[in-house]
This record gives sequence, structure tokens and C-alpha cells, in this order.
Amino acid sequence: MSFETIIGLEIHAELNTKSKIFCGCSTEFASEPNANTCPVCLAYPGTLPVLNERVVDLAVKAGLALNCKINHVSKFDRKNYFYPDLPKAYQISQFDLPICTDGAVEFECAGRHVRVRINRIHIEEDAGKLVHMEDEPYTLVDYNRAGIPLIEIVTEPDMRSPLEAVTFLRILKSILEYGEISDCRMEQGSLRCDANISIRPVGQKEFNTKVELKNINSFRELQKALEKEEKRQVELYRFDEGHKIVQETRRWDSAKGRTISMRTKEEAQDYRYFPDSDLVPVVIDEPAVAEIKNSLPELPMEKYRRFTEEYKLSADDADILTGDRYLSEFFEDTVREGAAPKAAANWVLGDMLRMLNESGIPSREIPVEPIRLCRLISMVEAGKISNTAGKEVFKEMFTSGGTPEEIVEKKGLAQISSEDALLEMVKKVIEENPKSVSDYRNGKTKAMGYLVGQVMKASRGRANPAMVNELLMKELG
Amino acid sequence: MSSDFISAGRISRGVAGKSFSAVEITESHISKIKANDEKIGAFLTLCEEDALAQARAIDKKISEGRPVGKLAGVPVAIKDNICTDGIRTTCASKMLEDFIPPYNATVVEKLLEEDAVIIGKTNMDEFAMGSSTETSAFRITRNPHDASRVPGGSSGGSAAAVAAGMVPVSLGTDTGGSIRQPAAFCGVVGMKPTYGTVSRYGLIGLASSMDQIGPLTVSVEDCALVLEVIQGYDKKDSTSCCGEYDKDYLSGSTEGIRGMKICIPEDFFTESLDEETAFAINESIRRFEHLGAEIEKVSLSIDHSDILSAYNVLVCAEASSNLGRYDGICYGYRAKEYENTDELIEKSRSEAFGDEVKREIILGTYFLSSSNYDRYYSRAVKYRTALKRRFAEIFSRYDLILGPTAPVLPFRIGEWVNDPVKMNQMDMYTAPANLAGLPALSVPCGTSRAGLPIGLQLIGPHHGERAILQAAYAFEQDMHKEVI
Repeated sequence: MSFETIIGLEIHAELNTKSKIFCGCSTEFASEPNANTCPVCLAYPGTLPVLNERVVDLAVKAGLALNCKINHVSKFDRKNYFYPDLPKAYQISQFDLPICTDGAVEFECAGRHVRVRINRIHIEEDAGKLVHMEDEPYTLVDYNRAGIPLIEIVTEPDMRSPLEAVTFLRILKSILEYGEISDCRMEQGSLRCDANISIRPVGQKEFNTKVELKNINSFRELQKALEKEEKRQVELYRFDEGHKIVQETRRWDSAKGRTISMRTKEEAQDYRYFPDSDLVPVVIDEPAVAEIKNSLPELPMEKYRRFTEEYKLSADDADILTGDRYLSEFFEDTVREGAAPKAAANWVLGDMLRMLNESGIPSREIPVEPIRLCRLISMVEAGKISNTAGKEVFKEMFTSGGTPEEIVEKKGLAQISSEDALLEMVKKVIEENPKSVSDYRNGKTKAMGYLVGQVMKASRGRANPAMVNELLMKELG
Repeated sequence: MSSDFISAGRISRGVAGKSFSAVEITESHISKIKANDEKIGAFLTLCEEDALAQARAIDKKISEGRPVGKLAGVPVAIKDNICTDGIRTTCASKMLEDFIPPYNATVVEKLLEEDAVIIGKTNMDEFAMGSSTETSAFRITRNPHDASRVPGGSSGGSAAAVAAGMVPVSLGTDTGGSIRQPAAFCGVVGMKPTYGTVSRYGLIGLASSMDQIGPLTVSVEDCALVLEVIQGYDKKDSTSCCGEYDKDYLSGSTEGIRGMKICIPEDFFTESLDEETAFAINESIRRFEHLGAEIEKVSLSIDHSDILSAYNVLVCAEASSNLGRYDGICYGYRAKEYENTDELIEKSRSEAFGDEVKREIILGTYFLSSSNYDRYYSRAVKYRTALKRRFAEIFSRYDLILGPTAPVLPFRIGEWVNDPVKMNQMDMYTAPANLAGLPALSVPCGTSRAGLPIGLQLIGPHHGERAILQAAYAFEQDMHKEVI
């Protein structure tokens, strides 16, 4: 029997605001523990929440970017539960009247056209963080994160493989980054993803029991966790043990590479949702929505289309570039400075991407100026430096800064195009490689390549290859 | 200062006009509190040093010829569920026994801006849950008119402090009658403004959708004066009303009640209403008529048990959530011994909350649970919506509703404390105004044969404070005329 995997995602994204959702505290990451707190976010008796309106704008922006319907009236509810990281003992969230509903994202994945419907986007506040001390019998609490604004994006179960889920999450992340809605730093937890997964025999209409996976911190983890859970469930069905799949929440343990049951549906809490009467309904009118719509930048899909048409980039190049807002902006800035699109794309997707990966620098912090890459490209194109030297210059620009001209000068990388100097090198190589010279003269044209290589080596890559070729031919008759 | 009941208006005029100093006033009130409060038990905290320092600063301002505020030198007592910067704010609960807020409630800021002197914090039912001030974890408050009887509640300390002449003004809070019922029991004026008129910032919440802060005073004039000070839009409270506020409620009040259309709800005069109270209210109705009001008896067609049920569900539900924050983690009482965080939370709450608080939290949790939500919470909300509509209809035809404040006379201490059902009925005439967010005031309208005070309630439409205060003022003036 063949099976089909059904996946839906719930994504929490921290919104890009300077202050928290219901008080004036800073949202800056990694401040001293509890430095970003006040009586309001610590839920001191008598304090009241006041909504940061920027939060509403960003949530609406997210809704528009994900093709949602914007609800002109939405409201806040309390989700009640006791936990030391939740100072009010309730989280302010939106329950039955969220700000956005009914959206969709479409993309191609492994030959299938995927349409992931967005069930809803709602606004809520984040909780604090417990710090369990390694060798001490106590736990500390850091409330810096308490009250950071979040949106929760809930999809319909429209993904059919772990790869589709990861692809969707990548697209979602780039949309949120493009819209400057969230900075989406998964490593810092500002983008978090829970996944619901179930398996059914191909052809079956109704869904089987789903399992929720939590604690997933990267694209790779998402893929691994889903594949692992997919395998677990398929195995159980295959051996007629499907009844063992119960509705439960499982935690992904990345170190052990497996999911561990946290709680079943029976143990699930009753959150006693009800309207928060300390806050008034959020009302947003059509002109305000239109204004936010106008502020939306070009989104990844549109940019992809434009890059393939305007710059004639290949589908793959355009896909990778537009999948990352910062990379695409860097590319386009370089082109605007005058670089040829194809060359610029090659540099950005080649040396630049490699350097970013090696150094671990995120693409939003590219340490090179687009104009400098543009000048480097033109130096290579003009033959002032060789391609190899160009790579060295780029590496230097990336790691230590400086203009390409300075680096070429400092490192003596300028291409040697003086005939006298080259002739001297050519003669020396002929003298030192009698075997290759006779091979060439006996018709082994391949030997020519070796000799050119030797000259290049002797010049530390600086010799003008075309001239070397020409001089060698002349010398060898 | 011979009179026991020197009014806030007289004090501020006297202080500003240098007839007496703010320090003199403060000292005389402090000595009165010291002499009487052992018997009455209205105060939980007396701020002698701070109050005198404040009074000296006001006197200095005056001696330097600088302008002073509308409440210059007026001693004010604050209910202990309203936060005062640097002054213990306990909600009369062991849970907050040592809680010292690092901020002032907006109302306290406003009082200070007008040069009032914060003299102390008053006793109340624990977390404002109760109608007799008997659920306080710390002390019993006695009715100044009969020390064997309760002062009402939950703002019993605030009402008793004014009634005993220990302060001319106090602030209370009213979620279902907690200002008006103790005002009636203690023979003072008490007002719950329209929901959103007075900022709730710094009020330790019981039921956020109904809580309002309001004044308890010796006269209607003082009530208007204090309301003018504490009202107003506050950006720290999202439910606060913006827009224009009346800055002089009693201006042009010579016309008084003449021509006002007043509705007497027949539903308020049932067999559960105390006879002497009914008599006093009927006498008052005649007085209103005599003063030129058009009186009409109307059935509101509301069922008191429905009102009380809806009110109870909403208060308990909201309270169960509002009181979740008292978990022993960030502030407040923490149990001494626990094995883990669950136990820390459980034990701290079990040890520090009193029985009435626990009862309401358990009920509220039950009402909000997913299997009961529709049956209780949703129905209560629907009922509230219908009630609001009914009141809107009434106020399209009438200026005010007039009736009793409380169904009974002040009862004896301990008499009802173990009877939550009976205690709840205390709110039957007052809770509708909270459910509908309407302004309402209780003004003394006579006494029983045994000399116990009786209060008359006026309910107005949204933002109808002016009509209420003008009517109450005319009525009060007419009562006084007779006494003289």
C-alpha cells in the first residue's frame, strides 16, 4: 500500500518592533536578563496593557503579503495557564476573531504545484524564558522576551512531503523578511515552527490522527523531524499498528534525532479562552489597509519573475537570489552600479555565498559594498587582473575590507601584460620543460596547456593568459 | 474645626485662603484617626509622615504665593486595592501583605496634582470580593453608626472612614455595588461613574469589564468636586473614554430636579426589599415629586436572579483570570516549602488566599472551562447585551432611574459571613449599573427607627453624571433644609 503524508504548519514570528506589544520596553535581543522589563510586562498588580499599534500594522502587512482577508474588527482574548515564564498567568492572544484569515501561498516543488492555504494569522505576546541551572536545584526566569509581539500563522494541512513543508517555510521566511515584518532569526527563536503531520493511504479522503511536533529550530531540523515522524507513522500503519498513533504533542530532540512524546490530547490543558476586557477591539478601516498595502515592497515571487525577465537570469539563479531578500538586494545594487547581471549573479552566488557560509555571517550583514564588487568585476572583465586574482581580491575585501584597487596594489596582483616580462618567463619555462616542448612539437597539442599553466604558476597567476598563449606559440614555432 | 464633617470644598478654600494650614488639617485628621480607628478599623495603613510632608509642601506653595490645586490640603483615604507609590497596597490579602507598588494609580497622581493629601489606605473585602468588609485578611471594620454592624463592602473601610469623620473624602472601587452599598450603609455619598470615566490604571483588578473607581464623600458637592479631579482620558488604560469631560457638574444647578423625568422601576420594590428602606425610598420619591420631577413607575422587566447570575458568572470568570498572576513567582506571598514550580504556585495560592477568594476563583475557572463556557459565560454576556439594550430604551424616555441602593439595612458582623448566596443579593440593585456600564450614585435618604442609614440610588445613562449629581444635590439640599 502506498501512503500519503499530510503536513500543516504553525509558525510563530516575532514582529519587527522597537518596543514590546503592551508596554514601552525594548525588544532588543540579548540584553542583560530582565533588563527589558517594567511593571506592565511583569504583570504587577494594577497595571494594564496598551496595544502597540505598530504590531497591528505589521500583522496586517503579513496578512496582505500572504493574500489573506483582513478582518476590520478583531479582538484580544486571554489564554489562561500557569507557568513561571508567564507573569500574568494568561497570554494575551486572539482566539475566535483573528486579524487575518483565508490566505494562500503558491509555489512549485519537485514538479508539483503546491497551494498552501493560510487558515489564519493572529497576534499574541511572547512569554519569558526559563533558565535551568546545570548543577543548582533551582531555575531562573528571564522576562526580557515576555511581551515581545508575535504573529502566529496557521496553515491548512496542504503540504504533502517534508520537502514541501521546508520549501513553504523558506518562502514564508523570505516573504516576512522582504516585508520587514520579522527578522526571522531562527537561531535566536524569532521564527519558530511547529508541524502537524499525519499519514493516510493514497486515495483515502479523510485525515488520520495527527501528531504535533514542537521545538524545531531550523529548516534542516524541520526536514529531519518530519522525515523521522513520517517514517515512524508509515511503519506503524504498514504493520497494522496504526492505532498506536494517538493525537499528541511530540518534542523533536535534535541531539538524539528523534521525537519524544510530551503530552497526549487527554492531558491537553483547557486554556479557558475568553475576551480580554482590559483591551478594546482592534478596528482597522479600509483606507488604513490600503495604505499598508501600498507600503508592501516587491515580494519574492514578483522579484523572481522580474529577475528572469529583466536580467535574463536562469531560473535556478533567480530562485536562489530572490529566496534571500538581502542577497537579492545586494545583487541588484551591484547591477545598478553598472555590473553585468550575469557576472554579478555569478559572483554573488559563487564566491559571496561561499564566503557567507564559511564565515557564518548572515546575508543581512554582507561586509562588502556593492560598488566595490562592481569595480572588481570590471577590473576582471577589462583584464586588469586575472580571474584567479579576482577571487583573491574578493576574499580580501570580504574578510578585511578595502577597495579592490588598494588590494590589487598591496598584493601586487595586477595582471602582467608587458611582452618583455612575459617573454622572459616563457623562455624560462621552455628551457625547464624539454619533454613537454618535444611532445608539443610531435603533435601533442595538449602539452601546450601544461606549458601555459607553468607560466601562470611562475607568475603567481598574474600573467595575461591570452598573451602567454600567443608568445608560447611564437617561441615554439 | 468644630464640625465633625468639614467638607473637602471648605478645606481647600480654607487652606488656599490661609484660614488654616494644610498641616493643621492633616494633623487634626490624623489625631482623629488615631483616636477613633482602633474602634472602627477603617484603615490598614496610616501614612502620617508622608501626609505631613505633603501638607508642609502645600503650605509652602501657599506662603510663596504659588497657585494650589482644587483639593489643596484635603485629606483623602485610598482603598487598599488602588496602588500608591512606596505605600503598601495589600488588597486586604495575605497574598499582598508586603506588596509596595513602585507606581501610583492614575487617580492617585490626579489627586496629588490637585494637592490632596494621601492620609492612608483603607480596609476592604479581600480583593474586593464581598459586601461587608468581613473577608479582609487583616481586620474587621465596624459601622460608625452601630459598631456591632458591618459598614458594607467591599469599600467598607473607605465608607466608614468618611462616616466617622476621619477623612472628608475617600476613594473606593465598585464592581457590583462596592462603593454605593457601603455608602448607603454608612450614610455617606458614593458614586460609581460611567465605565471608562475614571482610569483603572493602578486599580488591582477584580472584573476588568466592570471595575470603576469612584469617590465616597460627606456631600454631593464634594462628590462632584472629587469626580472632576479623578476623571479623564488616560492613555495607560485602553478602556478609558476620550472626549470632553464636564469640569463643573453642579454649575447652573439652581433648576435642580424641576422637569426631570425619573423612572421608578417596579422591579426594585419586591418582597425582598427591607420595609423601612422601602418606606424611606417612597418618602424620597414624594420629595422628588415635590421638587418638580416627573415620576413614572415602570417595569424594567428584569429578573433579579438573572442579573445576579450573570453578574456572578462574569465577576468570577474575570477574577479567576485576573488573580492568576498571584503565583508566588514575581511578587507577593511565596510558600516556604515546595518541591517544584507547580507546588510553589499551588501552595502559595492555597496558603495566601482566603476562602471567599478561593470560592470565586474555583467558580470562575468552572464557568470558563470549555465544556461550560457556552452555558455560563456566553449566556452571561448575552444577558448583559440585552440588559444594556433595555437600559438604552429606558433612557431614551427618562433622565434617571431612582430606587433603593441596598435591599437591607446594615446587618450584624458575622450574621451573613457564611452565606454567600445572601451576601450576593446585596448587589441586586447595584450590579445592573455595572453590567451596563452606567453611572450611579447613592445618597443618604433617611434612617431606620434604630438610626441606621438608608441610601437612595440614582442611575443615569452613559455619561449622565451631570444629571445624577444635579438631582442628588437638589435632593440633599432639600433634606438638609428640613433638618435645619
